[in-house]
Amino acid sequence: MDRAEVDERIRSLIEPFNKKGVAIEDGTTFAGDLEFDSLTVMDFVAAIEDEFDIIISMNQQAEIETWGQLVDAVCKLQAR
Amino acid sequence: MSEGIDQPDAPLQADQVPTAGDLFSKFDALIKQRTDLLASGVTDPFSLVMEKVLSPTRAICNGRDTILLGTYNYMGMTFDPDVIQAGKDALDNFGSGTTGSRVLNGTYVGHKACEDALKEFYAMDHAMVFSTGYQANLGIISTIAGKGDYIVLDIDSHASIWDGCALGNAEVVPFKHNDVEAMDKRLGRIPEGAGKLVVLEGVYSMLGDIAPLKEMIAVAKKHGAMVLVDEAHSMGFIGEHGRGVAEAQGVLDDVDFVIGTFSKSVGTVGGFCVSNHPKFEIMRLVCRPYVFTASLPPSVVATAATSIRKLMHGSNKRAHLWENSKRLHGGLTEFGFTLGTSESQSAIVAVIMPDLERGAAMWEALLHEGLYVNLARPPATPAGMTLLRCSLCAEHSADEVETILGMFERAGKAVGII
Repeated sequence: MDRAEVDERIRSLIEPFNKKGVAIEDGTTFAGDLEFDSLTVMDFVAAIEDEFDIIISMNQQAEIETWGQLVDAVCKLQAR
Repeated sequence: MSEGIDQPDAPLQADQVPTAGDLFSKFDALIKQRTDLLASGVTDPFSLVMEKVLSPTRAICNGRDTILLGTYNYMGMTFDPDVIQAGKDALDNFGSGTTGSRVLNGTYVGHKACEDALKEFYAMDHAMVFSTGYQANLGIISTIAGKGDYIVLDIDSHASIWDGCALGNAEVVPFKHNDVEAMDKRLGRIPEGAGKLVVLEGVYSMLGDIAPLKEMIAVAKKHGAMVLVDEAHSMGFIGEHGRGVAEAQGVLDDVDFVIGTFSKSVGTVGGFCVSNHPKFEIMRLVCRPYVFTASLPPSVVATAATSIRKLMHGSNKRAHLWENSKRLHGGLTEFGFTLGTSESQSAIVAVIMPDLERGAAMWEALLHEGLYVNLARPPATPAGMTLLRCSLCAEHSADEVETILGMFERAGKAVGII
């Protein structure tokens, strides 16, 4: 699966969590722009993990602040 | 006295805005929330002082005789005459403190006796006593799960479990509260060959709900994971011998590590881990929160050991505590309060408040009635809830529980929650 395809699939997953309909670009931040709290993060991460059959540990989550970093991380994880 | 103490959280005036670099500016939002709450006129729920403690269930708070329904004194051991005598004797014979680590000069016969009592209580081979329950989780979790290992844990885990994860170097993977399938999926995705530790609690203290340990431990074992269960809120009460939820569900033999505390049913302070792992004793040398701190004072381990031995024979008290919990749960449900669980599952009954303001008002109304409960709010609570947590004691009489229900009814109506 290429990066564009991963991007598209995560984009469909984030919809129910993006309540204010914030426009998402690679630089969009989860804590700042999207105002995700820790519970939203957990549910969103669980949705991605189930979709791609991967684990994104909290240690890895700590390194992910923006949409672009998330897509890159998922690309890397599912390539394993 | 400095003004800082008179007005600990006073909001910053415009001319007092700190220069860049004030490390405390990150707390500004919390300081403002607290200031706003106190400005509404309610008593500060987080600075209650008990002037006199009369028994496990009564104290004088703000000059008023108050029923205690917000302590973790589940089995009412704090004023047990045998427990108190054991503490006094140890003070006389061994002094006020050990002034040293367990692995240096801080292991007295009392510490060994306390560990022996725990081994007998749980019928397990090894027991290790820590200075607090917090340190037991901190120490065991951070030490056994190392770099490259995976810790799979419930998202509603206690702070001491999260801090144990943060102190160590393992990969940390949370799953939705009590969700067996979510846990199963995450365990199944862990790379082959990696060490796995599943961390669960018997009773989750915020809502007072229990874990489906039988199903969860079966799944953990299917994936070859080791299992640690924190039974802090169930020890002494749940299970035939008071060994906890794992005992009640018949799966204690499959638990690799039980973590517990002396600051709840046992009635003093301290923490422990019991295990049948053949190599468990090495923990005493490699577990930093065990090694690099002073051991418990002799009087504390003496009261703990005496209390633990008495809890072995506490089945009548356990039965009465269940009656209390069921009656309070049933009565509050009838009044129309929203509770954390649909039936009583532990000695904790959590009453869900509509918001922090009305929660604080209800807490204060109860205090004026002469009842102390625990006000819990985010971030300690799941899903941003404000809770009034009631924890029952085996020493609450049936009449006292009826009195408590009357207080809840009056306060709930006065505040407009029911």
